[in-house]
Amino acid sequence: MHKLLTDQPGQRMLMLGNEAIARGALEAGVAFAATYPGTPSSEISLNLFQVARETELYFEYSTNEKVALEVAAAAANSGVRAMCMMKHVGVNVAADALMTLAYVGTRAGLVIVSADDPFMFSSQNEQDNRYYGKLSGLPVLEPSSVAEAKEMVPYAFDLSEQLNEPVILRTTTRINHSTAVVDLGALKQPQPRGHFDKDPFNFVTVPAVSRQLHVRLLENIARAEALSTTSPYNFETGEGGWGIICNGVSYAYTVDAIRDLEIEDRTRVLRIGFSHPMPRNQLKAFLTACEKVLVVEEGEPYMEEAVKAIAQEEGLTLPIRGKADELFSRLYEFDPAMVRQVIAHFFGIQHDLPAVPDLSDVPEVPPRPPTLCAGCSHRATFYAVKKATEGLDVIHPSDIGCYTLGFLPPLSMGDFVICMGASTGSAGGFAQATDQKVVSFIGDSTFFHSGIPGLINAVFNRHNITLIILDNRTTAMTGHQPNPGVDMNELNLDGYGQIDIEPLVKALGVAHVTTIKPYNLKKSIAAIREAVQFEGVSVVIAKEKCTLYAKALKQLHGKAFQITTRCRNHRDCINDLGCPAFFLEGDQVHIDPDICTGCAVCAQVCPEHAITPLKAKP
Amino acid sequence: MKPMRLIIVAVGGQGNLLASKVLGEAALMADIPVRMSEIHGMAQRGGVVESALVFGDAQSTIISDGEADVLVGFEPSETLRALNKCSARTTVITNMAPLPPFTVAIGKGIYPDLENITALIEAKTHRLIAFDAAEQARAAGNIMSLNIVLLGALCRTELLPLKADTVREAIRTRTKQAFVEANLKAFDLGFQAAAD
Ligand code: SF4
Repeated sequence: MHKLLTDQPGQRMLMLGNEAIARGALEAGVAFAATYPGTPSSEISLNLFQVARETELYFEYSTNEKVALEVAAAAANSGVRAMCMMKHVGVNVAADALMTLAYVGTRAGLVIVSADDPFMFSSQNEQDNRYYGKLSGLPVLEPSSVAEAKEMVPYAFDLSEQLNEPVILRTTTRINHSTAVVDLGALKQPQPRGHFDKDPFNFVTVPAVSRQLHVRLLENIARAEALSTTSPYNFETGEGGWGIICNGVSYAYTVDAIRDLEIEDRTRVLRIGFSHPMPRNQLKAFLTACEKVLVVEEGEPYMEEAVKAIAQEEGLTLPIRGKADELFSRLYEFDPAMVRQVIAHFFGIQHDLPAVPDLSDVPEVPPRPPTLCAGCSHRATFYAVKKATEGLDVIHPSDIGCYTLGFLPPLSMGDFVICMGASTGSAGGFAQATDQKVVSFIGDSTFFHSGIPGLINAVFNRHNITLIILDNRTTAMTGHQPNPGVDMNELNLDGYGQIDIEPLVKALGVAHVTTIKPYNLKKSIAAIREAVQFEGVSVVIAKEKCTLYAKALKQLHGKAFQITTRCRNHRDCINDLGCPAFFLEGDQVHIDPDICTGCAVCAQVCPEHAITPLKAKP
Repeated sequence: MKPMRLIIVAVGGQGNLLASKVLGEAALMADIPVRMSEIHGMAQRGGVVESALVFGDAQSTIISDGEADVLVGFEPSETLRALNKCSARTTVITNMAPLPPFTVAIGKGIYPDLENITALIEAKTHRLIAFDAAEQARAAGNIMSLNIVLLGALCRTELLPLKADTVREAIRTRTKQAFVEANLKAFDLGFQAAAD
């Protein structure tokens, strides 16, 4: 049985934040879940995917976040409690659905998890998704701890049903990827089947209907504001004239700082866990009791702006500060010492920062950036593209996935990366606006997610591009989740379709389509050269299973390679491929047989033919 | 209970997260408050994995620069890299068997001299316990138990509010059954190594 199905209310369990959120959903009787994987949200889905095999919960990996939200919205409007989780930038993809879904609302509870990533541990930006609450009009809840994250999910479902609106649960990486002790509540039996009651004047958003629905949305926001003011998740502690308003993990840092600074008797804290709409009346009372207020929030001055606006309307003139050069930054994430220091500075308390040792005499430690795995077929494809385009001036738009790492030397394949799917759209723009060649890269999952419209655009507008689809048969970077091209039988799961990329691309009207086996360098280089020479849209599908995934499926049978005495130390292998199985001992290059997967790409690169398979593992 | 802050740094694949989990489960068994957080920037692709564990009365799950009471490093250059988390009060425990990052092989960095690493850490912190944990793990029968060797050494310092027997119990009940024997042996070898 899955650990999250432990039906022992009161039992204490150590959980990752994302496990706690999944458990919270099960305690709320979630019956329907849809997602597109994205760090830091991925483990919520992974756990629900596993739980779905043992229960009546329906779970799906959808093609992208917009589809996931549409699927979930339909389920919820048929009366089935639904959850939809994604990383913060995923909400941008879902935003079109989200904005009007707020007009339509929901019948059964619908909770949308937005996992934000301050500091961009694994993201392309650090946007603050609380503004989506404001933009759409939907309620936003923000937990401050792992335990609270679990508690908030059933509350979010109830709130959603009370208001008939979807509710956004906004987390940050330090909630998703923290671990703490959680008290289990009772599991709730899911209601997996519903019925859709037709009601076009509430569900079909033609202008005349939407004009009415917008009125209702504003009424709902007013109702939500009243609930925000009485919510147990907006609470006040302490007393005194110094005020601190905080949310999320900043609350934890604030509590620790107040204790460390010994200012409990002078400081009053308002913790905001229900942050859209902000609790107007509660804020008014809080501000009235304070002489000055510091707003402690990572990211944008979302609460600070709201608090200042309320103070202005109420005629309160006390100092309210948050983001400022000498206080908090809008950049990156906070940490306990930084919050303590700013609180001390703002309220004028003497406080010394911890003494960090002088590290000026410590030699620079060599960087350890993530790199493509040993045997990753992307490395072979990138090398083949490099060889096939030697001497040409080429732009390489790339996309979001493990292969983004190809932008680093020695491969240096990746010139323009902004968001999921942009490699296909931007490729056409570069081709049209420059005289440079364009060879762009996209992974299989990203292609399904949002790469297809850009490719159709290139065909229709006759752009001169080559698109390399790195089809490694899985969604590798986020942890090998399925995508529409995956053979689900290999995972012993039935009841799925499968979409083959080659016929799909041909059907879109791409005139030059080839599929290559990237480990065969010679043939791959020839095929890519031909595609690049083709005038118009050409597609090369580099088809080879992700090595790590193949290993997990026990399909990796290659023998490790070794460097023989024929080596004349050109170092082409190590310098051109940058495979982490290689290491130097003194001046001599070696291959670590425990890391080598036997892809044989380096053996084809060595001009001396000095790299050969090991007979047997030593 | 006064907070006790522990940082564990490792290279992806060295079992840092399992080590943290064992300590977390041990704390749960002993009813000691614990909060942890982990950052694994694409760990499976060879990056650095850092975990922070805060025992006792604190709400924060991360540890600021200069505020670690104990730093455990699974790889010597990574221990050195994490020195910004330490102060003159910090106890450092490190494995001394290097795993040079790939950047060294392609001439994009120089691996620091091992003796220099220990001299620097000794000079800047309260105490250093450095030994070849890979050798002990192999002696225990499984190189993958390097993480548990270091947990043994950590428990010997008695800096954590956890008894060695509680951690042993967590190893017995919370790690894969097939590795329990090797792990318990690894724990004891690390425990002894820290005594010398
Ligand atoms: S996980 Fe797969 S796709 Fe990603 S770098 Fe490793 S082998 Fe390549």
